[in-house]
Amino acid sequence: MKTLKEARVGETVKVKKLHGKGAIKRRIMDMGITKGVDIYIRKVAPLGDPIEVTVRNYELSLRKDDADLIEIE
Amino acid sequence: MNIRVALAGNPNSGKTTLFNTLTGSNQFVGNWPGVTVERKTGKLRKHDDVEIVDLPGIYSLSPYTLEEVVARKFLIDEKPEVILNIIDGTNIERNLYLTTQLLELGIPLVLAINMADIVEKNGDIIKLEDLEKELNCPIVEISALKGSGIDEVTNKAIKLANLNQKPNKIFSQDINNILKDFENYLTDIPENEKYWYSIKLFERDEEVLKKLNLNQNQIDEIEEKLSALEDEYDDDTESIITDQRYDFIGKVLNNTYKKQNKGELTLSDKIDRVVTNRWLALPIFALVMFCVYFISVTTVGSWCTDFVNDGVFGDGFFFFGTGREAYEIALEDYDLAQTGIEAFDVAAQDQGLDPASAKTLVTSADLYDEEGNVEEIIPVTYQDYIDYLKVEEPDPSNYGLFIPGVPVLLQNWLESVHCAQWLQSLILDGIVAGVGAVLGFVPQIFVLFFLLAFLESCGYMARVAFVMDRIFRKFGLSGKSFIPMLIGTGCGVPGIMASRTIENERDRRMTIITTTFIPCSAKLPIIALIAGALLGGAWWVAPSAYLIGAFAIVTSGIILKKTKMFAGNPAPFVMELPAYHWPTLSTLFHSMWERGWSFIKKAGTIILLATILIWFLSNFGFENGHFGLVDMDNSILAGIGSLFSFIFIPLGWGTWQATVATITGLIAKENVVGTFGVLFGGFDEVSENGWQIWSNMQAFFTPISAFSFLIFNLLCAPCFAAIGAIRREMNSAKWTWFAIIYQCVFAYIISFIIYQIGSWFFGTGNVIGTIVALILLGLFVYLLFRSESREKPIENKIDLEIG
Repeated sequence: MKTLKEARVGETVKVKKLHGKGAIKRRIMDMGITKGVDIYIRKVAPLGDPIEVTVRNYELSLRKDDADLIEIE
Repeated sequence: MNIRVALAGNPNSGKTTLFNTLTGSNQFVGNWPGVTVERKTGKLRKHDDVEIVDLPGIYSLSPYTLEEVVARKFLIDEKPEVILNIIDGTNIERNLYLTTQLLELGIPLVLAINMADIVEKNGDIIKLEDLEKELNCPIVEISALKGSGIDEVTNKAIKLANLNQKPNKIFSQDINNILKDFENYLTDIPENEKYWYSIKLFERDEEVLKKLNLNQNQIDEIEEKLSALEDEYDDDTESIITDQRYDFIGKVLNNTYKKQNKGELTLSDKIDRVVTNRWLALPIFALVMFCVYFISVTTVGSWCTDFVNDGVFGDGFFFFGTGREAYEIALEDYDLAQTGIEAFDVAAQDQGLDPASAKTLVTSADLYDEEGNVEEIIPVTYQDYIDYLKVEEPDPSNYGLFIPGVPVLLQNWLESVHCAQWLQSLILDGIVAGVGAVLGFVPQIFVLFFLLAFLESCGYMARVAFVMDRIFRKFGLSGKSFIPMLIGTGCGVPGIMASRTIENERDRRMTIITTTFIPCSAKLPIIALIAGALLGGAWWVAPSAYLIGAFAIVTSGIILKKTKMFAGNPAPFVMELPAYHWPTLSTLFHSMWERGWSFIKKAGTIILLATILIWFLSNFGFENGHFGLVDMDNSILAGIGSLFSFIFIPLGWGTWQATVATITGLIAKENVVGTFGVLFGGFDEVSENGWQIWSNMQAFFTPISAFSFLIFNLLCAPCFAAIGAIRREMNSAKWTWFAIIYQCVFAYIISFIIYQIGSWFFGTGNVIGTIVALILLGLFVYLLFRSESREKPIENKIDLEIG
């Protein structure tokens, strides 16, 4: 299973499935990361975490721990 | 007829700007009941019967975050007549997600597409009429910044109030069928709200389930249907709904929205490339922080604060500084003359001469610098003495347009009306000093809030969190906690106020509790005094104070994070990084004024009352059997000091003087030095590091007990002004007390350990004390390294009692 955590900067990936449950999963989905959406990985913060992605035409930052819940194709 | 318009929208959608445009200065800022989330309301301009309620900026109506719960409660329980939903036209896809949820509430909704001018400039096209049809609500294009479309949108909102507006079905057919089915369980719910409740049943929303009071049979039926569906979709129902909302938005936008220049970098992208660049991010961050600190603490902020403290609430000031220089030179001459006179008087007395006729006497006078070093030794002859006697104290009003300070004017007036001594003291040393203490912070706070408002609204603040998150989340703080701590090195009051930018309540509380551990500038004189008097001016004392401050923040963060009060992971850090944009001045001033005013109102009361109380305690007492104005040695405060000094015996400084100094330090930390000046030397005024009393202090302190005293005073409860700020920001008496007690206990334990264990190095160790210290140390290490409690309350829905 490949997750968003492993995706590299500059890649565009498609979301396959979301793991986790409750608040954290809902929050990720509320921000527009849902099944089938394209995510472009823009950059990693200077200290290595969190990451910045473009999803649905806006910029979103999320921690690698949370990115690990997002399974990609 | 009164109409309440709920203003809803995502953060960064321009909601605040729109709210300010709609209401002007006609605003009321409070809090939502029971929580620290700000609640702003205001009357619509030119419409006295229309009230605008500004909901917190939210992305969704989920039951998980505080802001969303607050917004949801208001919409469901208080049923505003109409919703005005503002969305960012340049980020329409995600913004419409909230809209799909608002449309289901059974409350009529007007959609305002903000930043329409930018959308047009980008060449993007939104087909309004088609979008209106798809969403079944009126849409107006506006620009909150430029004020276009505002009248149209408010007119539509007012017209729509109380009308029935049915939401379009946006989910897939199988789900629509189930939702229709669920409406049968909702017999008590008004017709227009059934749709929303059925969706909440579908999502298994605990709050709604509790409210509906369904019987076990019904719950089983619902559960059966939902489980079957979940198996089919291989996902939970909450996620199915979310998925389908975004699917719906995607489909709608396909037909109604055309975006130009795909792939081309916008200006914001280009800025971001530099600002959060892997190599440049940290240097730029340091530079920005330096600027904030430099402006708000070192320069503008402290100029303003000094002006208020020393000018308006001090002796007075020269109008635009004209004449000040000449006056200061004259003042120096006068001081020199006084020193010479004193030296000559003493020398004459020693030789049994009358100074007025000791024509042959020659002596010398030592001139000291600020640090207490002898700067120069000048000879004083009889002729000098006679000359010195002629030097008059300069009167500032002879040197320029001198405006006396409030206390001076007031004192003159009080003396002219022969006001009683104690009443004069109450007014001047109690009330005016207290008001001055509050207002002294105000300019600095305003400057800081202006800068913070700029960082927030231009979009950089989100990047601060992005850059610093990695470090700070380790001890339960937010990346944004960096700013309060940095400002806190200057002054804890604006430092605590700066925590306002941290959205997450838990992170904010933690930041508030720990910010004042960092030595502020008012604590520096204490450091200088202790280092000079008892530690031989050792170089390491000041750095160690900062190190211990940082240590206190980190360990407190880790310890508190693991307690029940703060348990669980820090909030999910899934945060929008808004596009950079240039904020308008009016937005910045608005934000500055609002926050600054709330400091004056909320923190001011506490500071004023506390200052008056300490004034009373330190100026009144029994002397010769009479109660009245006394010197500090005989004051009630001295009595309290002796009564409670035993508490500090284990810390090595259980004297009443040290206890009294610690208490007066609560007014302002630098008072510790002044109090020692009075109690150890009888000086009314000592220099900043108090060198005049160094030798006297050595009888009361050992190096290690002095260090313990220093650490306790650095870490314990901050001054009243900071406590007032804590009270304002916590917005809860319980949390304020918790913060203060935590800080004092923490300070006590650290000082205890340092004194008891440190004493061994001076050959004065105490076995019992050391054992206790080791036990405390062990407990401290245990709290630091114990494993985190595994329950994650973040998984649970927020349980919130409102009203």
